[in-house]
Amino acid sequence: MEVSVSDFDNLKATELRLGLPGIDAPEKPAPVSPRGSKRALLKANEECWPGTSKSLEADTSNQEAQPMAKAQVIGWPPIRSYRKNSFKARKAEVEAAGLFVKVSMDGAPYLRKIDLKVYKGYKELREALDNMFRCFSTGMEGCNGSEYAITYEDKDGDWMLVGDVPWEMFISSCKRLRIMRRSEATGMPSSP
Amino acid sequence: MTYFPEEVVEHIFDFLGSHRDRNAVSTVCKAWYGVERLSRRSVFVGNCYAVRPERVVARFPGVRSLSVKGKPHFADFNLVPDDWGGFALPWIEAFARGGLGLEELRLKRMVVSDESLELLARSFPSFKVLVLISCEGFSTDGLAAIATHCRVLRELDLQENEVEDCGPRWLSCFPDSCTSLVSLNFACLKGEVNAAALERLVARCPNIRTLRLNRAVSVDSLSKILARAPHLVDLGTGSFTIDHHAEAYHRLINNFTKCKSLKSLSGFWDASPRCLPAVYPICGNLTGLNLSYAPAIQGADLIKLIRLCLKLQRLWVLDCIGDKGLAVVASTCKELQELRVFPSDVCGVGTAAVTEEGLVAISSGCPKLNSLLYFCHQMTNAALVTVAKNCPHFTRFRLCILDPGKPDPVTNQPLDEGFGAIVQSCKDLRRLSLSGLLTDQVFLYIGMYAECLEMLSIAFAGDSDKGMVYVLNGCKNLRKLEIRDSPFGDAALLEDVGKYETMRSLWMSSCYVTLKGCKTLAAKMPRLNVEVINERDESDEMEENPSDLRRVEKMYVYRTVAGPRNDAPDFVWML
Repeated sequence: MEVSVSDFDNLKATELRLGLPGIDAPEKPAPVSPRGSKRALLKANEECWPGTSKSLEADTSNQEAQPMAKAQVIGWPPIRSYRKNSFKARKAEVEAAGLFVKVSMDGAPYLRKIDLKVYKGYKELREALDNMFRCFSTGMEGCNGSEYAITYEDKDGDWMLVGDVPWEMFISSCKRLRIMRRSEATGMPSSP
Repeated sequence: MTYFPEEVVEHIFDFLGSHRDRNAVSTVCKAWYGVERLSRRSVFVGNCYAVRPERVVARFPGVRSLSVKGKPHFADFNLVPDDWGGFALPWIEAFARGGLGLEELRLKRMVVSDESLELLARSFPSFKVLVLISCEGFSTDGLAAIATHCRVLRELDLQENEVEDCGPRWLSCFPDSCTSLVSLNFACLKGEVNAAALERLVARCPNIRTLRLNRAVSVDSLSKILARAPHLVDLGTGSFTIDHHAEAYHRLINNFTKCKSLKSLSGFWDASPRCLPAVYPICGNLTGLNLSYAPAIQGADLIKLIRLCLKLQRLWVLDCIGDKGLAVVASTCKELQELRVFPSDVCGVGTAAVTEEGLVAISSGCPKLNSLLYFCHQMTNAALVTVAKNCPHFTRFRLCILDPGKPDPVTNQPLDEGFGAIVQSCKDLRRLSLSGLLTDQVFLYIGMYAECLEMLSIAFAGDSDKGMVYVLNGCKNLRKLEIRDSPFGDAALLEDVGKYETMRSLWMSSCYVTLKGCKTLAAKMPRLNVEVINERDESDEMEENPSDLRRVEKMYVYRTVAGPRNDAPDFVWML
């Protein structure tokens, strides 16, 4: 029972899709179409043979689908919902939870914790730290001043100066903050 | 045999380990049937609707251990609607009413309510072992009932269930007198756990050998537990996040070092690479390692860990291990028997992580490999032929190329020859899952060579009815056949209707089978249940006069002596 191209068109009309209702027609790889596109794939393959595998991949992506459509084939790839859910849950958790990091300041008797997600950029962060630790600094211009430097520990365990990398990159790699005395940071004595 | 007293026959039967053997002897003659049924201690029901629970109770009054499976396998991938069925309660009720001394219950893909768990806990004073795999419908309150009433509980093993969280009190329900636990696995629970109660429980159970914690258990708690239970053989860590500079981390390493019996590790939720060195001391003893829930551990760190695991027999990883990582596995883990490589990007989108190269490397380095589950972005016929030559001992071979219907990228050919080589070489193959571009030819090979094949999973494959017919005609030992999105229709379905009575079940979804074909099958074979599952909102017209020529979305056929089931929901038509 070979399926000819015209049969294929008719089949398409009667096909039962497993896609969720409301999914747009253009991109779907409906149950029959992967097979159909498989045929088209074979044709395309013939055309570009002996093309490189690169052009084959390009054809594949045109025929089979844009990533969006792949995600819509129900139950494919065959991964247990438990596994899928545990990854989804973790992603959601990471997104929902704040990004709380400890902040220590040299000479201060206790540490603080701040949620990095609350701030839009470095300026806001510095201001917030300034407010938080103002009581510990004696007569200086706050964190912005020359007395202190703000540093952070990144994913690899290294201590970096705050402000070098784009904000988004910073908050994704910052593990904790330390407000360091300039004298310690540069090895030079602070001004009296 | 009439010369032998029954006790002798019974004693002989005691040596029969497998269910199949016991089933076989029970059919020899009435006398043997009688002896066998009274002495049977363990019953396995592969399909909960194949037989009524009351019948099992009546026939085997001495049964102490029961295993039941419910939903068809494709339910794992959301292809079976939630309310389809597979309820545990009728089984527990029947055993309770029958006054049987049930000690062990193992359920897979069933709906288990808190009510059932309560009934279970109260009805069987000698109850020892509860194993629930991929089940749903219960909450931690049900677990509380088990903990409270099962005085001699030895095993509570919850694998990948959907459990509603009603708080951490269940763990505290184990009375102080409970000291019998050997195995406790609650890794799938999503909620908080009372750390102190857990530590006390572990401390008073000297025989505990398997302990799998959930994500809520902190490393601090884990440390204390390891100190109390250094004889653990199988450990599932809780969340494995810890500041690797802290003192707690050093305590953890010390406590791990004391666990000389540890053979299997899993868990590692949220594990960051810097914490891994804590387990280095015990890697040399590991036979089982599951890192498939730790996406933060990638390439280089994985490799460092695996280089230490010389005795590994079972490895589950994510595909971020890469082909390079698999090459390290191949050169290190010479005892490897089972490998599972899961996609880290569950949507199947993204850059290629493992390809045929990794699989070929594994096959040449690990000759004892017999069980494979491999998700990859591409596969070639040449690679499969090489794998078949290197590893002729496969009993389970499941390959999932993430792109449905993808051909061999080098030759543009279907993967018929590659899979053909696998079935020809692996004479003991019992389970096979296919993927990639496949024509009827691969089914011809399977029918010809896969003599031991018991379970076959097909998706987006084949050209015509011939494909399915090759399989039905050829595979003498086929028990389960599941097919989705393939062009097999009524002609294939009806080619050999008697075949389905030799099998446990057949699943077909998004194929070409029509309602007429299903009705014909049902009419011809009264001892099969033919279920048609329709989930979509049908228009009234459809409801009243569904055209018989209309293709069915999902069809599930299984042999049964129980007749049509009476708990089917509206959307399931029993034909």
